[in-house]
Amino acid sequence: MDKRLERILPRVQKPARYVGGEYNEVRKDKSSVELRVAFCFPDTYEIGMSNLGFRILYGIMNDMPGVWCERVFAPWGDMEAELRSAGIPLFALESGDPVGEFDVVAFSVGYEMAYPAILNMLDLSGIPLHAGERDSLAPLVIAGGTAMYNAEPLADFIDLALIGEGEDEVPELLELYRRAKREGWSKKRFLRAAADIQGVYVPSLYDVSYHDDGTIRSITPLDGAPEKVYKRVVHDMDKSYFPSKTIVPSTEVVHDRVTLELFRGCIRGCRFCQAGYVYRPVRCRSREQAFQYGVEACKDSGYQEMTLSSLSTSDYPGLVGLCDDLEQFCRESHVNLSLPSLRADNFSMDLMQRLQRGRKAGLTFAPEAGTQRLRDAINKNLTEEDLHQSLRTAFSGGWNAVKLYFMLGLPTETDEDVLAIAEMANHVLHTWRESATNKNRGVRITVSTSWFVPKPFTAFQWEGQITREEYERRVKLLRGAITAKAVTYNWHDGDTSFLEAVLARGDRRLGKVLELAFRKGAHLDAWSEYFDLSRWEEAFAECGLDPAFYANRVRDKEEIMPWSVISCYVSDKYLWHQRELAYQSVPTPDCRTQCSGCGANVVEGGECSRG
Amino acid sequence: MAKLRLQFCKEGRAVYISHLDLLRTFQRVFLREGLVLRHSQGFHPHPLLSFALPLPVGQASDCELLDFETDGQLKLAGLPEKLNRYMPEGIVAVDCWEAAKPVRELDALRCRVELLYDGGVTADTAKAVEELFARDTIVIQKRTKHKAMADVDIRPLIRELSFSADGEALILDAVVAAQNPGLNPALMAAAVETCLPAYRPDFVRVRRLMLLDREGASFR
Ligand code: SF4
Repeated sequence: MDKRLERILPRVQKPARYVGGEYNEVRKDKSSVELRVAFCFPDTYEIGMSNLGFRILYGIMNDMPGVWCERVFAPWGDMEAELRSAGIPLFALESGDPVGEFDVVAFSVGYEMAYPAILNMLDLSGIPLHAGERDSLAPLVIAGGTAMYNAEPLADFIDLALIGEGEDEVPELLELYRRAKREGWSKKRFLRAAADIQGVYVPSLYDVSYHDDGTIRSITPLDGAPEKVYKRVVHDMDKSYFPSKTIVPSTEVVHDRVTLELFRGCIRGCRFCQAGYVYRPVRCRSREQAFQYGVEACKDSGYQEMTLSSLSTSDYPGLVGLCDDLEQFCRESHVNLSLPSLRADNFSMDLMQRLQRGRKAGLTFAPEAGTQRLRDAINKNLTEEDLHQSLRTAFSGGWNAVKLYFMLGLPTETDEDVLAIAEMANHVLHTWRESATNKNRGVRITVSTSWFVPKPFTAFQWEGQITREEYERRVKLLRGAITAKAVTYNWHDGDTSFLEAVLARGDRRLGKVLELAFRKGAHLDAWSEYFDLSRWEEAFAECGLDPAFYANRVRDKEEIMPWSVISCYVSDKYLWHQRELAYQSVPTPDCRTQCSGCGANVVEGGECSRG
Repeated sequence: MAKLRLQFCKEGRAVYISHLDLLRTFQRVFLREGLVLRHSQGFHPHPLLSFALPLPVGQASDCELLDFETDGQLKLAGLPEKLNRYMPEGIVAVDCWEAAKPVRELDALRCRVELLYDGGVTADTAKAVEELFARDTIVIQKRTKHKAMADVDIRPLIRELSFSADGEALILDAVVAAQNPGLNPALMAAAVETCLPAYRPDFVRVRRLMLLDREGASFR
């Protein structure tokens, strides 16, 4: 270990997260490796090591002969200060080598608030921030992950973005890189060739011009780059990689357990949900394979907790059967099995009761909106009757804590919808009084609201986020209406949601703002300890840009969106139609009940299997 | 089966694994080998695992002891090698036996404290440190369990001590009390920092070498 590092570590919080060496860490002989990838997660170790996608790609890259993929995480503030004052560049955990020495520096980007951490990690590595300042092939700075469906705010900094699921795309790109390195290609030549790989988006190959009002006039592909960049997907989940043998952190992380992914995509089509649209269509892993992977992963890791994970786990066709199989294994091996996202229906409640085995953790539901009208508008298929039916079962079974999640500021929301959230909470309390078997322990009902952020590739991509004043007014309105002692109301702090709304639908002019905010000290802004909106406000002012233009403006149907080169196969026409249906409060059936023709079936070569 | 005792080393990158994280790690290592530990009875059963003398974060050791119990019979021969296939880097099991002696008979600890001076160890430094430990009392401040600071005299807890210098390191080879009360060897370095600010080392390394019983033999 670096002597300078050894001296720093005793002074920082949780030093174990900076040293690697965990069980199943991949180490290779540097001299026999041709291509080295620094796989960066722009957040802390505890968050990054909890991310299944990160583990999948780590495994896939390291399965490639001649490629060594190592992990890099964002340091916490104390560690960053120590690194900077000792002049130690950011390093990869496996070898301890500086990130700047790697061939490829790849970021996994799941959320917009991680953008400043990307710049900070490049800076800590001594890598020039701007793609244009990096002339040679190495280090090539790339980014993938759900947030990259609109990579424009990062366009100045990254050399290319990978759109969609990385399982096949990443190895193809690395093979091309390996060839380019061997044959001594220029970076320019490599990027042009990379743009021909499906899913690869090279921002520098597109010229963007603007109207006087700041909207986009045109996006022009240069040098024969493709007009459209289509996302990549895994076609057959049974043939796709699953990390049964994966790193087990030696220090506690957020999700410290086996995460068994049952399927990709979601049949529901909630109109606000980006994941619901961009991961279409649904692709399931077979029950047999899911079972096998779950067992293997538990045995290899020694974890005693397993969670079944997907966008909407209770929609997995073989769920009951799978749980039957797993339950037996789990009982014999002292493994706790849990389901993270549950729907409020009888089926889910039955399962829940079975799996909980005495432990009565809190129940969580996400009605998202207070009235049936608004739930229909956002296509959230959950009725109040379902909810109360489920709660009756739960309360009579001894549960006594319920969390309810809502969004404020959804399109078409009125004060009536806001107040209905309070009524719903009262109704839950009433249901508890009626059906609880043991009332002595009381009941805890928590209502949480967040401020709705319109996202690209959703039916609400054209919407404006309600203003801060309006959001605060609605919070106050709801706060005043929640009177019952047993009900606690938590609302989300507005600053981050506002910035998220700006960045989520930002164009490439935001690069300047991002860089300035970073220079002013925005480093780990996904953390409230470090986030400070005033830095961003100053940065916007200095760049002469108005954040409200991005967050609060309603877009025209015809407006060219900053991300319009990218396609997730779901057509704009379909999204616009979904928006119109929202304004009429007309729901759309789920994919299993009836295909509504979104366009994603192309991926499956005709018709979606729909599970 | 009777209580079993596993001896292991902890060094290199593993020195940063905390006590609680190490318990979790061992629990998983046993499961990877397919060994189910005996669990406590009661409402929240937990596996019966305990370290004889928890090692402070940042210190290395050649002589850690972990007591555990399993249901059913277990072949002890070859067990360390088997477990080593499943360890994080820096943790190496070296031996395993049926624990005959209770941990309360663990009496002392042989350890090595390296005081590192980037400019090299001068004769003055060596002399000052030796004189410090020749005093009858060495009082330093120590945080108590209740988070308050209290004065403690560490001198009576040091049973044997010898000095040697090796380039940048002034090496203290010591035998110190293990428990009731025991001395964290790092406090010997803290004593130098407190009492001899002019000879404050640039860095300190601590390594446990051997656990001793009341007769001065290796504690097993
Ligand atoms: S094409 Fe039809 S079934 Fe397939 S994802 Fe779109 S709406 Fe669902």
